[in-house]
Amino acid sequence: MVTGKGGTGKSTVAAALALALATVGRNVLLCEVEGRQGIARMFDVDSLPYEERRIAKGAPDGAGRAGQVHALHIDPESALLEYLAMYYKLGRAGKALDRFGVIDFATTVAPGVRDVLLTGKVYEAVQRPRGGRNKSQITYDAVVLDAPPTGRIGQFLGVNSELAGLAKVGPIKNQADNIMGLLRSPRTAVHLVTILEEMPVQETSDGIAELRAAGLPVGGVVVNLVRPQDLSAASLAQVRDDVVDPTAIISDLKRAKVDVDAALVASLVDQARDHAVRRQLEDEQRALVAAEDLPTYELPRLAGGIDRGALLELAQLLRAQGMTS
Amino acid sequence: MTPVLDIDALLDDRGTEIIVCCGSGGVGKTTTSAALALRAAERGRKVVVLTIDPARRLAQAMGIEQLDNTPRPVAGVDPAGGGTLDAMMLDMKRTFDEVVESQASPEKAKQILENPFYVALSSSFAGTQEYMAMEKLGQLHREAQADGTYDLIVVDTPPSRSALDFLDAPERLSSFLDGRLIRLLIAPARGPARLMTAGFSLITGALTKILGGPMLRDVQTFVAALDTLFGSFRQRADKTFALLQANGTAFVVVAAPEPDALREAAYFVDRLTDDDMPLAGLVVNRAAPAPRTDLSAEEAITAAERLRSGDSSSLAAGLLRLHADRVRMVEREQHLRERFVASHPQVPTAVVPAMASDVHDLAGLRAIGEAMAAQD
Repeated sequence: MVTGKGGTGKSTVAAALALALATVGRNVLLCEVEGRQGIARMFDVDSLPYEERRIAKGAPDGAGRAGQVHALHIDPESALLEYLAMYYKLGRAGKALDRFGVIDFATTVAPGVRDVLLTGKVYEAVQRPRGGRNKSQITYDAVVLDAPPTGRIGQFLGVNSELAGLAKVGPIKNQADNIMGLLRSPRTAVHLVTILEEMPVQETSDGIAELRAAGLPVGGVVVNLVRPQDLSAASLAQVRDDVVDPTAIISDLKRAKVDVDAALVASLVDQARDHAVRRQLEDEQRALVAAEDLPTYELPRLAGGIDRGALLELAQLLRAQGMTS
Repeated sequence: MTPVLDIDALLDDRGTEIIVCCGSGGVGKTTTSAALALRAAERGRKVVVLTIDPARRLAQAMGIEQLDNTPRPVAGVDPAGGGTLDAMMLDMKRTFDEVVESQASPEKAKQILENPFYVALSSSFAGTQEYMAMEKLGQLHREAQADGTYDLIVVDTPPSRSALDFLDAPERLSSFLDGRLIRLLIAPARGPARLMTAGFSLITGALTKILGGPMLRDVQTFVAALDTLFGSFRQRADKTFALLQANGTAFVVVAAPEPDALREAAYFVDRLTDDDMPLAGLVVNRAAPAPRTDLSAEEAITAAERLRSGDSSSLAAGLLRLHADRVRMVEREQHLRERFVASHPQVPTAVVPAMASDVHDLAGLRAIGEAMAAQD
């Protein structure tokens, strides 16, 4: 499970993690549940249906070999219809349900049902038996879910389940219990994505506390969109303390054949000062993340944005930092 | 050339009674609404800002940490212009309870408030927050008109999955409340004569199978108790929708210079246009500040490489790389904004450069307000 506050790039990280997990001979399923078609956009393919599609090869190893990444766009209506078809022989009633707005009710208004339907599909993909009856079905070595944001993750995973309070017995209750069993097992890890800013870090730490209190296995923290580290600590301090020697910079820039004047130097130093202030704030937030005492991984902010190439680059970085081992 | 969103003209126009800030999650909506509210107050408006989920330190700075569902004056606002600023944080459950209490007899209200289905619905339904934000906006507006406490209401919208949820959720909830399913569920309460339709037994049979009997009964008692209130729920939702379409309302769409946020912003602009909602413009937050020199990214990188081969700890090389990164960011954001403009050329836009540090006090909000107003 990959969660994170809005704007931290959790979908990017989920996709990169799927690519990183897809080593040679392995099949990985990347799921999204928020109806955004973010996977299709990142991988530049047509909008995904409620059907598993192979979308990419994993990040290659040293010998250029890789496994496969499949993708699934889970929408609650399709999940409900599939679930009903699988477990209940409703016949005519199935159609009537839709006509009377029951499908709409179950997937939008009924508290908690939507989330059970979404996690239920993930549960089905994870529990699929190897060599099961349906030969066309792929079994997966790993399933990565681009989950809802940190603020809603507890509710999504059924932590304060309103549903549990409502459905005390019955089929939905059983389904929710089965899913919770898997979520609480060591087979699950909930990773949190953050950027090094105050609010996302605070939300990450609240999220970790909530997940732990609910007995859900917290994986690691992925620190995303880290600013470039082009200035050394000494340089950053110089810039921050305003003790930069312009003549040294001018002579260096001349040596580098830059057409230099005082205005250029001043604007470069100004940019660096903003950057230094940000870097200092990043360091403060980094210390807070470290205090959570969880495995932490860092990914750079790529100036060119996110495309397939960038995702592979990030996947290699996650692998190199041991997130997939 | 994109038209510029003139923030001060918007805030100074006494005809502007409501400003709604919307956009996808993580783009700085809360900060933008607070900054707009503060600027309006310091320019002489009597403002109340309704926030949904402010950062802890910002909530502290504005004195709205306790959730008591009532606006409180914000300390530290410059009173020279004759304006005032109150702020409040939405308590959605309480707002919902208050609506029920104001519409039903005490016994009936008690019955509803204690129903397990109501408890779950009012605290968890993904659309309740949106619905209640609109309900609170309606309340504030009625109060403001009655006693003149406020002449401008600024609303932050909930951190939705998508920016559109906030317009759709009230409609979804109220159409559920007076839809066919509800009528079907109420049927038993209305007597046995109408019970035995084929559709009814099919549906209740299926629902009992899926939901289990007890949950279905909770839903039925809830619906039966709420029966008399449906009309007023629908009416309230319709009134608020009409209020949003009125001339005194201005929507400000907030985005970050990222593909997803701008795509959401584009959807939202289209949706507002389709629904005849008054769009004031787009605010693009956290833009990479434009460099003050025209040294290109390629020149900077080439020069940095020349230096790196000689001296690896060179400050000048670091400055050049940093500059190249900044130029590339600015170019990428420029490109993303151009794509937005190509499909929405008429949307007035204000670009707010990223601040070097996080905003969590009035001084920070003031700086954002100034940057929003200072478009060149």
